Amino acid sequence: MKIILEQLLNGLTIGSFYALIALGYSMVYGVMKLINFAHGDLFALGSYLGFTLLVSGSAYATVTFGIWGGMIAAMLIAAIGIGIAGTLIERIAYRPIYPAGRLPAVVSALGASIVIQNGIMVVWGPRPQAYSSQVVPSVMLNIGGIKITLMQIVVLIVSFILMGLLFYIIQKTTFGAAIRACALDRSTAALMGINIETVIFFIFALGPALGGMAGVMVGMYYRKISFVMGWNYGLKAFTATILGGIGNIPGAMLGGLLLGILEMLGSVYISTAYKDVFVFLILILVLIFRPTGLLGEKIAEKV
Amino acid sequence: MKLNKNINQKNSIFKNWLVILVAILFIILPFIINAYWVDVLFFFGVYALLGLSLNIVLGEVGLFDLGHMGFMAIGAYTTAILNTTFGIPIIVLLPISAIAAGAFAWLVCSPIIHLRGDYLCIVTIGMGEIVRLTLNNNPFGITGGSNGVYGIDFPSLGSIFVIDNSTKFYYYIWLIVGLTIIGLVNLQRSRIGRAWNCIREDEIAAESTGIDVRYYKLLAFVLGAGLAGVGGNIYASKLMIVSPESFSFMESCMLFCIVLIGGMGSIPGVLIGAAAISLFPEVFRAFAQYRMLIFGVAMVIMMIFRPGGIWPRKRGAFEFKPLLMKPGEENG
Repeated sequence: MKIILEQLLNGLTIGSFYALIALGYSMVYGVMKLINFAHGDLFALGSYLGFTLLVSGSAYATVTFGIWGGMIAAMLIAAIGIGIAGTLIERIAYRPIYPAGRLPAVVSALGASIVIQNGIMVVWGPRPQAYSSQVVPSVMLNIGGIKITLMQIVVLIVSFILMGLLFYIIQKTTFGAAIRACALDRSTAALMGINIETVIFFIFALGPALGGMAGVMVGMYYRKISFVMGWNYGLKAFTATILGGIGNIPGAMLGGLLLGILEMLGSVYISTAYKDVFVFLILILVLIFRPTGLLGEKIAEKV
Repeated sequence: MKLNKNINQKNSIFKNWLVILVAILFIILPFIINAYWVDVLFFFGVYALLGLSLNIVLGEVGLFDLGHMGFMAIGAYTTAILNTTFGIPIIVLLPISAIAAGAFAWLVCSPIIHLRGDYLCIVTIGMGEIVRLTLNNNPFGITGGSNGVYGIDFPSLGSIFVIDNSTKFYYYIWLIVGLTIIGLVNLQRSRIGRAWNCIREDEIAAESTGIDVRYYKLLAFVLGAGLAGVGGNIYASKLMIVSPESFSFMESCMLFCIVLIGGMGSIPGVLIGAAAISLFPEVFRAFAQYRMLIFGVAMVIMMIFRPGGIWPRKRGAFEFKPLLMKPGEENG
């Protein structure tokens, strides 16, 4: 029983990373109908930005704000930095291609992804880097016999706060309503007086900002980061997005958390080597029976 | 109308000469360049073959397939395992790996073929990843795990003619690419090709004109996978080793880019796209670690200035020709 609970907690932690990244995919897809392949690499860039602030060289953030303040500062700076990077990519690589339809944007997104990935390699070097334990405390807690690390609690709390915040923005505020309207029908939304440019700007800033924060947290949780990790996390998060129903914000959260838990249970009860096979099989099965994902609405086709 | 026809004729004469010129160029090239570049051109050929195979699925029918390397992996591993354990000659395994990859495609695509757009895309990604991960985990001890299978023979006809050096492999792959192109051009002009293009343009309209959408989509997947299986066979016999990391998601993405950079559904476009993807990193080798950075930038710039691809397929010219001509003029 204890083992199951511990594994569920581990799965939930990984799942919250996936969910945070998946939100970025889902928001961009919802409004632009574009799979932002560079998103996973933006996440990795966030991780490296956090690494620079917290660990390498002068460890600026930790020295200035102390350990906890440093972590918060690193996450905020990473969020802002990656948010800017996300909007820059939209301006440079996607905006000129919108009139040409969806497929050229896929190539452009893959190109941007290669640029970021190799940019990280050139700047920070090809070897994996580590968040050292001096800047990230390594404390093991024992709550009622269940072992949980302090970092795990931090990750869970922060990611649930972020998800709640985003959920509030999307579902309760006027601006969120504008985003949802754009996702339904962009041209009608424009006719209703919604500024499409602003909406696009914000989804390309918000999504990557969440991804960047997730990047810093992955660094703090796993400690090891590498420049190719964007592909793995991006692929998993994209899977989560589809699992929940693409373009659907609660769906992306649910999909991410579910994927993390499934992955953990798969590695415990089936085999570690086949855990990803298990995850993809579940995805394919879900899509066979629910072709629009778990929470995706069935859209009648227009003729 | 007459003028129109003359232009068409001039175009087709120009095209015929271009094809002949390119073919002659490919035949004499190995005598001019050194062995290293012959090998580079061999891999260009492999990419061209794979690009052509993906072009059937993505270019002709418009189905997003980001797991195409999975089909190639099935072909390559079929060749590798049957050759190393049972000693079956490579050339016999060429059709067998095509059939194996095609059968695999039929098996896995049958239940998912009704999915649309991006949902199909993620399922093909998942399928490709499942293939790669499974091969990596060495099921039943036959795939050799991450080391792969090694010691694969050269293709040979009896014991007299063995394809065992770069130049011979070069001619071998380009012969196969050439035959494939002839086949695909004919397929484009056939009933099947027209049905495919119709589905790509508007699936609902296609269905309502009586095209069996499900059948034609599956046919595209099976043919594309079979061709990728052929590519896998040649790749395995050239490298003499197959290992899972050759068939990664990244490689599938590169195939996707080949088709889109060249121009969807355009056969000369695929050749140009394959050239761009396979030759670019070689030409820019001097830039060392900045090489892939430049490659990514080039992809973005490329799509900004030519979103339809370098050599997009012309539409209409063929479809409307029979309408403009009087009966009996078609061969003129």
